[in-house]
Amino acid sequence: MNATDRPLHGSNISLARRAWAIRRHALRMGQVQGQGYIGQALGIADVLAVAYFHTMEYRPEDPEWEGRDRFLLSIGHYAIALYAVLIEAGILPEEEIETYGMDDSRMPMSGMASYTPGMEITGGSLGHGLGIAVGMAMGLRHKTNPAFVINLMSDGELGEGSTWEAAMSAGAQSLSNLICIVDFNDQQADGPSTQVLSAEPVADKWRAFGWHTQRVDGNDIEAVRDAFDAARNHDGPQPRVIVFDTTMCKGVPFLEAREVNHFVRVEAEEWERALAILDEGQPQ
Amino acid sequence: MTHASQARKYEARHAPEGPRAATSAMIASLAAEGYDAVAAPFGQALVELATSDARVVGLSADLAKYTDMHILAQAMPERFYQMGMAEQLLMSAAAGMAREGFLPFATTYAVFASRRAYDFIAMAIAEENLPVKICCALPGLTTGYGPSHQATEDLAIFRGLPNMTIIDPCDAADIQGMVPAMAAHPGPVYARLLRGKVPDVLRSHKPDYRFELGRAQMIREGGDVLVVSTGIMTMRALDAAVRLEADGIGVAVLHVPTIKPLDRATILAEARKGGRLVVTAENHTVIGGLGEAVATTLMLEGVAPQFRMIGLPDEFLEAGALPTLHDMYGLSVDRVAEQIKGWL
Repeated sequence: MNATDRPLHGSNISLARRAWAIRRHALRMGQVQGQGYIGQALGIADVLAVAYFHTMEYRPEDPEWEGRDRFLLSIGHYAIALYAVLIEAGILPEEEIETYGMDDSRMPMSGMASYTPGMEITGGSLGHGLGIAVGMAMGLRHKTNPAFVINLMSDGELGEGSTWEAAMSAGAQSLSNLICIVDFNDQQADGPSTQVLSAEPVADKWRAFGWHTQRVDGNDIEAVRDAFDAARNHDGPQPRVIVFDTTMCKGVPFLEAREVNHFVRVEAEEWERALAILDEGQPQ
Repeated sequence: MTHASQARKYEARHAPEGPRAATSAMIASLAAEGYDAVAAPFGQALVELATSDARVVGLSADLAKYTDMHILAQAMPERFYQMGMAEQLLMSAAAGMAREGFLPFATTYAVFASRRAYDFIAMAIAEENLPVKICCALPGLTTGYGPSHQATEDLAIFRGLPNMTIIDPCDAADIQGMVPAMAAHPGPVYARLLRGKVPDVLRSHKPDYRFELGRAQMIREGGDVLVVSTGIMTMRALDAAVRLEADGIGVAVLHVPTIKPLDRATILAEARKGGRLVVTAENHTVIGGLGEAVATTLMLEGVAPQFRMIGLPDEFLEAGALPTLHDMYGLSVDRVAEQIKGWL
């Protein structure tokens, strides 16, 4: 492994600072359209910071490098969050923030592989990512390529039967090169995920399917880093899952406080206020 | 509220003449009288392909034995992946393997691919134009198990899907030819399969016949009727044509194994040869299959021959023995010949 493969390994920019920048890019994109899944982006920013600036190997100048770890965005509507991290990682240029969701943009509202460098799959029809991840993990193993497949899914996707088809298969095939991340923010379109379908006990469910399972606070950067390290370094044959409990709109308290926040309503003047609050807490 | 009759089809079948079927609904291979048969042509062709192309892998959803995929699994176990009874996963995992540079052949029954796994085929495979080859047994009415197993609308479902190439093979020759052709085609393909002992029909009517993707081919000429057919209905049409010839009726048969993209040029050229009744024949509902595709082609070009369609009705079909059902729904040689005669 060399410095090119883990672009920011050893960087003096802290993970907290990366997470802050991801939140800021996402807020600026939200401001362009006046709307977006900004709550999810703010909530998952710490997890994405660790994934892209601590855990994964990739080459920003060559997003399709064969040795890269594959990051699958099963939840296509989190595209705003992934664009933010791709910008921070240097895969997308920051200037394109202004094009978010516009005609001819490389950053459509829902993530699609055919539009965006670094976007591995077309997500958004929920429950698809983990099955594709299983196939990619099978393919990598068949090729004896040591890369990992990391699939980001939501708690709401636990309701899709296809998630459990894939989970059962990954366990049966001992796909130890597969890491599934579940963003557990307890929000889906019609209400709390723990009420829409009985999501809990979520960790026990994964364990029962044969997965190495962790559940940690997804907004505690050190805990997130340790969890990724444990998942990657675990020497058992199991596929690995990390359930991250996250807070919607994390980092912007007046938005965190909004009751219905699957699709956050943000008034025109509130974007600047949100950015100002974020900037006040800018880490080193 | 009670259901009018839970057993309405049973009651209908026990009409005054009494029970009809003496044969079982359990038929592993499709019978065609008077032709040689080839054992498991799909599995054999796949092994041959996999031997020469390291990218080829096979996946099945607990139906390897019933789609002739077991031939590959036995010959090259390291190239076969058992995905379990999980069709959504089968399609997504095949997409994932295609992303990693493989050429996955995924098999299940046509009902499960078209009904249960459709969103996964649409988004994980077709939208990204990945080279996944979906090969499905029990197309149309080729089982007597009833609607749970009869994929009578699969062609209609997949015709609506952009990027998807669709093949409905007639016989062993088509299956042997389509496997390498599917691999050579860069995008996704949905192919219907005949499994087990598969009749070798086309070469006995046209010895130099070879499957070509996207091409319709004249199998026999005739001056009174042009049958435009696909899948097993081409063998029915050919047998019916031989029978009608004895009555002095000339029946041409244009075989259209590729449903999408449709070989419009050949169909139009043949339909323009005036004076012939044009009949489409397909092992599929008359809604959304070959018949409507041909009708649209003719209409758009202002070609207006006398036109009729042979196909399955817009109904959930009955269970029973296949020969009985083919007679009942108009797919048997007797019924094809009788229908054509009646339209002249």
